[in-house]
Amino acid sequence: MAGVDELIAKEGVEEETVEAVKSLAGTYKYGWETEIEMEYAPKGVNPDIVRLISGKNDEPEWMTEWRLEAFARWEKLDEPAWALLNYPEIDFQDQYYYARPKSMEEKPKSLDDVDPKLLETYQKLGIPLKEQMILAGVEGAEDMPAEGRKVAVDAVFDSVSVGTTFQEELKKAGVIFCSISEAIREHPELVKKYLGSVVPVSDNYYATLNSAVFSDGSFVYIPPNTRCPMELSTYFRINAENTGQFERTLIIADKGSYVSYLEGCTAPQRDTAQLHAAVVEIIIEEDAEVKYSTVQNWFPGDEEGKGGIYNFVTKRADCRGDRSKVMWTQVETGSAVTWKYPSCILRGAESQGEFYSIAITNNYQQADTGTKMVHLGRDTKSRIVSKGISAGKAQNTYRGLVSMHPKAKNSRNYTQCDSLLIGDKCGAHTVPYIEVKNNSSRVEHEATTSKVDEEQMFYCRQRGMDEEEAVALIVNGFAKEVLQALPMEFAMEAQQLVAISLEGSVG
Amino acid sequence: MLKINNLHVKLEEEDKQILKGVDLEVPAGKVHAIMGPNGSGKSTLSYVLSGRDGYEVTKGDATLDGEELLDMEPEERAAAGLFLAFQYPVEIPGVGNMTFLRTAVNAQRKARGEAEMSAADFLKFIRAKAKDLKIDADMLKRPVNVGFSGGEKKRNEILQMAMLEPKMCILDETDSGLDVDAMKLVSEGVNALRDEGRSFLVITHYQRLLDHIKPDVVHIMAAGRIIKSGGPELALEVEHNGYADILAEIDA
Repeated sequence: MAGVDELIAKEGVEEETVEAVKSLAGTYKYGWETEIEMEYAPKGVNPDIVRLISGKNDEPEWMTEWRLEAFARWEKLDEPAWALLNYPEIDFQDQYYYARPKSMEEKPKSLDDVDPKLLETYQKLGIPLKEQMILAGVEGAEDMPAEGRKVAVDAVFDSVSVGTTFQEELKKAGVIFCSISEAIREHPELVKKYLGSVVPVSDNYYATLNSAVFSDGSFVYIPPNTRCPMELSTYFRINAENTGQFERTLIIADKGSYVSYLEGCTAPQRDTAQLHAAVVEIIIEEDAEVKYSTVQNWFPGDEEGKGGIYNFVTKRADCRGDRSKVMWTQVETGSAVTWKYPSCILRGAESQGEFYSIAITNNYQQADTGTKMVHLGRDTKSRIVSKGISAGKAQNTYRGLVSMHPKAKNSRNYTQCDSLLIGDKCGAHTVPYIEVKNNSSRVEHEATTSKVDEEQMFYCRQRGMDEEEAVALIVNGFAKEVLQALPMEFAMEAQQLVAISLEGSVG
Repeated sequence: MLKINNLHVKLEEEDKQILKGVDLEVPAGKVHAIMGPNGSGKSTLSYVLSGRDGYEVTKGDATLDGEELLDMEPEERAAAGLFLAFQYPVEIPGVGNMTFLRTAVNAQRKARGEAEMSAADFLKFIRAKAKDLKIDADMLKRPVNVGFSGGEKKRNEILQMAMLEPKMCILDETDSGLDVDAMKLVSEGVNALRDEGRSFLVITHYQRLLDHIKPDVVHIMAAGRIIKSGGPELALEVEHNGYADILAEIDA
């Protein structure tokens, strides 16, 4: 549903990308499964599994110890129950915590040695050929001439990162972009300094579990005064059945640097629920800026609410330096259950945090999502724009905290929280928490709830659109402020996703 | 073109008959006007023909070029060539006017089994049409009808009509809320679209619109029925004497 005005603004986007986006029509597009030979660790989680995961990644002793401590803590914790979510009890011992494609054991020499199924997977995800080769680990693929748009991609397939593109070019700029397992081996000083410094091991049940069993994820370091020469992107794919995915992302933006980071998530269609518990930590030093965009499209479960991903994610950015800036943008269309509150710690003076969110729930999906803006430094600013859309029998909750600490003098927050209902069997809830502990700060909160208007629907249909096109158009308009905050390619994909996720929501 | 035969319509939610046997035929290339006092059923007729919810057809039918209209979904009627210029055009926040129109044009083309219009062709097409109606680039980018003045909204309706190239256009009180200049612009827009293959049904309270859009036939509607039909002079008669005389004539 890309309008002509968007298309014009997007000249420069590769035809290939446009075509890929166009072909997104249909119901859940990423529901296929790749039949690939996998190597599994035994089901369940215990110190041996933790050691095994650590061993598979050739980790140093300190890392193994860090994980084991996390596991010991986790065993003493209870699953939180405060969210407005209803799901059957998760048996954490009935999951695989480690799975990787067998073909990754040895590095393939050419495309012919790569498991064709793996290549097919990347193709279906819309990753260009050269990047496919690099991701498949083909030797020398990096040196081939680049084609198409430049986005460095790191792909995480079930438990392991299968490759990162454009490494050489990034290295020239001093940027480190690699899998977290590689970073632990190659850059231990950075990992030791920052890992767990934003989301401590003890933070919450899912983050603690992640700390013990995370198998891979992405690592980014942008050196001082460096603008990352391209956008960085990670694709997460859960493929194997009954496998939990626990990825860990660590992004460090040193003084005066800038990076835009994109994250995309898909999973096959299955009737059993799968677990996903990720942790993302971002450290932003003085005058640095990070943009983090997510299009989360995990399998949402079918029309009856069977299957889907249980998504328990802890994402947090720490604006440590003065004048540092972070912007979270998320489009949450997938998952059966979403529990996710990307947050900003505004520690540096004049630091800024922004959170833009679209959460769409249809059928039996449930989302409890929002943000935390913790103002610690003086003259800090935050802005929250949340657009929740509910259809079918879904429940959509915005839960957000704005906290002004005593030293956060002259700080500002603006929150806008809009809910749109489609049909009369769904629900929208807004739970804002506001704490102000100084008298020079200001907090504004605006909230609206509306229904898709029948007049609007009739107007669109009289002009020739069917009900689904009309709803998609109206909802995209409702969510426009957030869509505009996304990088170009993602914005187009997100618009299509809005249409797909709401299929069957009217009539 | 459009044939309405003994059409009876009641409100879905309550037991209230609005149309009580409307008979009307608009041949291809003709402009018919419907005038009538408030509550006579004029707007209801336009809504029922275009398929809006809330009405129940209890008797009669309506066809467009022989196709039964009342069985179709609203978007199918649109693709078959029926266009309604709304009395109160609807606002759609966040959706650019151009995006809206392009979606509509391509939806109709798809429904008719035609290829989508390319972005470049669409742009050329809309710029030409917009220029005629004095609609500037800014108005094309702004969200559909949001913050538009009364005149802008009605011009925008005519722009949509020009872009969608329907065969049967229904104008529901397009003159309401227009000043003289805007009415002229809108009328010129409509007149530019007059063509052998295209028919118009112009619903209005006032004769003045019909000075600009010259009708072939004028119908007077009252109490859910067409009570009198005639040439353009009938509109003038209403303008001078009001509806009272005609109503009395019928009752007598």
